[in-house]
Amino acid sequence: MAEPPAIISVQGVSKRFGGITAVDRVSLDIRQNEFFALLGPSGCGKTTLLRMLAGFETPDEGGVLIDGQDMTDVPPNRRPVNMVFQSYAVFPHMSVFDNVAYGLRVANTPSGEIGERVHEALAMVRLSEQAERKPDQLSGGQRQRVALARALVKRPKVLLLDEPLSALDAKLREAMQLELVRLQHTVGITFIIVTHDQHEALSMANRIAVMEAGQVRQVDGPAQLYEFPGSRFVADFIGKMNLFPARVVDRKGTELMVEVEGLGRLTLPGQAPHLGGPCGVEVPVGQDVGIAVRPEKVHIHSDGVPDGRIALRGRVSEVAYFGDASHVYLRLDSGQVISANIRNETRTSDPSVRAGEVLWCSWDPKDTLILDR
Amino acid sequence: MTVDTKDVPTGLRWRRAPRRAPLGPLDYTRRWWMRLLVAVTFLLLYAPILTLVAFSFNDSRRNIVWRGFTLKYYEKAWNNDSLIDAFTNSLSIAVINTAVATVLGVLAAIFLWRFRFPGKAAYEGFMVLPIVIPEICMGVAMMAFFARVGWPTDLPWPFNLTSITIAHIAFSFPFVAVIVRARLVGFNRELEDAAKDLGASDWRALKDIVLPYLKPGIVAGALIAFTLSLDDFVITFFTAGPDTITLPVKIFSMVRFSVTPEVNAASTVLIVITVIATALAMRFQAPVRKLDSNEG
Repeated sequence: MAEPPAIISVQGVSKRFGGITAVDRVSLDIRQNEFFALLGPSGCGKTTLLRMLAGFETPDEGGVLIDGQDMTDVPPNRRPVNMVFQSYAVFPHMSVFDNVAYGLRVANTPSGEIGERVHEALAMVRLSEQAERKPDQLSGGQRQRVALARALVKRPKVLLLDEPLSALDAKLREAMQLELVRLQHTVGITFIIVTHDQHEALSMANRIAVMEAGQVRQVDGPAQLYEFPGSRFVADFIGKMNLFPARVVDRKGTELMVEVEGLGRLTLPGQAPHLGGPCGVEVPVGQDVGIAVRPEKVHIHSDGVPDGRIALRGRVSEVAYFGDASHVYLRLDSGQVISANIRNETRTSDPSVRAGEVLWCSWDPKDTLILDR
Repeated sequence: MTVDTKDVPTGLRWRRAPRRAPLGPLDYTRRWWMRLLVAVTFLLLYAPILTLVAFSFNDSRRNIVWRGFTLKYYEKAWNNDSLIDAFTNSLSIAVINTAVATVLGVLAAIFLWRFRFPGKAAYEGFMVLPIVIPEICMGVAMMAFFARVGWPTDLPWPFNLTSITIAHIAFSFPFVAVIVRARLVGFNRELEDAAKDLGASDWRALKDIVLPYLKPGIVAGALIAFTLSLDDFVITFFTAGPDTITLPVKIFSMVRFSVTPEVNAASTVLIVITVIATALAMRFQAPVRKLDSNEG
C-alpha cells in the first residue's frame, strides 16, 4: 500500500522568542487523513509549532507547506486549516448557532447555505438542541463541541487542536477522546492534536511526534513508540520504565552480554527490533548503555521462575493499589528498585505480595530495551 | 453566648433572632460603632444635598425657613433665558465631549493593549496625568494655552464653545481609556485568534469580537465622560468667555448675589442628570467595579 501524500510538510522550522529557542529545526510530514499527535512536556514547543501551522506565529527559519502550497507568509485567515483553542474561545456574546455560523458569514456564504451547514455541523457534534443557547448556558464539554463544530463547518483540510481535553474532568475526557476519533473518521480530514497527556496521544493518534526542548525526538505509531522507544527520553516520558545503567561487555553471535549496575551480568538477544536507541543493532563492546524494561512486562513469583527469563530476588518495599492493577516495588539486595505491575485478576489477590515479603521478579529477555545512557 | 429560643414568647422571638449567632471577627456590619460610623458618614455626605433639593421646592425667597411646597422656582429657572442658555451650552459641550473623548479613549486603550512600542510605559503614565493633576492647574494651563495660541473668542455659537470642549476632552478621555483598558485586561486573546482563524481580517475581528466585549466599558466610560463634562466648574471657568457660560459657571455667578431657591432648582436639575448618568455607568461597568473610585 502506497503511503498517503503529505498534507502538511514542516521543513526545518525554527522559532525563537528572545533568547529562547521554542522550536528548533523541526521537520515533519503529516499525512492525509491522519490523526497526528504532538506530544511533549510543557514548554517543549509543541503549541508554538501548532500556532505556526495555524499562522499565528511566523517561523524564523524554514517553511510550512499545506497541501503542497507554501504557507509561510500566509496569515491565519487565509489558511485552509482551522483550530480548536485550549480555552475553546467560544464567542461569549453570540449564540451557539452564531458562533458556528461566524466563519461562514465572514466568508460571505449565502445565508441558506449557512443555515444548512451550521445545522449539519451541530448535528455532527450532537448540539442541535442547544443552537439558540448562549455559551454561558453550556457545560465545558458542550462549549468544546461548539468550538469543534465552528472549526469543522469551514471544511478545513486540517483541524488543529490545542490541548483540547485538558480542561475537562477525567470521565468526560475519556468520552471526548472516543468522540474525537469518531469525528475524525466521519469527516475524514487530518487532525493534529497537541497534548502533554501520553494516554490521550496513545489512545487517539495514528502517529505521534514526541517533542523535547523544541526538537522532535521520535515520530512513530503508538505501539511502536511505547514498545520500541528510540531514546531514553522517549522511553521515560511515555509510560513507566525501569531504567538501569549498564555496559556492553561481550558479544556472542547475536547475543549481547551486558553488565548492569546492581543487577549483575545479563544475556540479551542482540537482534533488532529488540534494540532501540541510537546504538542500533551494532552496539560495540565497551559501550555504556541503559537497560530498560516496562513494569507490566515484569512478573512477580513467590518461587519457581520459569526457564529462560531474567530472574532477580528482592524484598517488596511498597505496594500501590490502583483497583485494576497494583504497582509492586521490589528492592534488590544491591539497593536497586524494580517496579512491577500486577493485574488484580481476582478479588482476592495474592496475599504474599505485600511489603516486607521476599519475592522473585522476572521478565523475558526479549522485552529488554537497550537505550542510550 | 447562646439564647434558648424555646423559652422566649413568640412575639419576642424575632427580636432575639439576630443575636443568636455570636459576632464573627468579620461581622463589621453588626457592630454598633460601625453602624454609627456609617450613619454619620452618610449624613455628612448627603444632608447638604438633600437640603438643597428640599429647599428648591420651598415657597420662600430665602433658604432658611420652610414655608411650604412650590414649583415656582423651577418655573422661574425655566424662564431665565441666560440660565437656559448656559444649560444648552453645557449639554452641547457634554455631548460633543462624550463622543470625541469616547472614541479617543477607546483607541488609546486598544492601542496600548495591542502594541508594544518604545516609551509605552511613559505614554501610559502621561495619559493618566490629567486624572491626577489638580483641576485648578489644568484650568490655568488651558487658559494660558488658549491665550498663547490666540484662540479666537468671538466665534458665533456653537463654535465659541470649542475651547471649553477641547479642554473637557483633554481631561475626560483618560477616564474612558483607563476604564476600557481595565476591561481589556480580562480579554481572552484566543477569542481574537479564533475569529482570525475562522477567516476574519484584523479589523473584522476587532469589530465583531473585541468591541462587543468592550461595550460595557465603553458605555461606562462615555457616561462618566458626560458627567465629568456636564458638572465641571474649575477648568470651564478658566476657559469660558463672557458669552460661553455653562450651567455650573452660571450657578456660581448667581450664588455670588444671593442663594435663591432658583439656584437650588438649577442645581437639582444638574444633580438629577449627573446621578442618572452615573448610575447607568456603574450598572454597565458592573464587572470592573474596582474602578468606580476613579469617577471622582
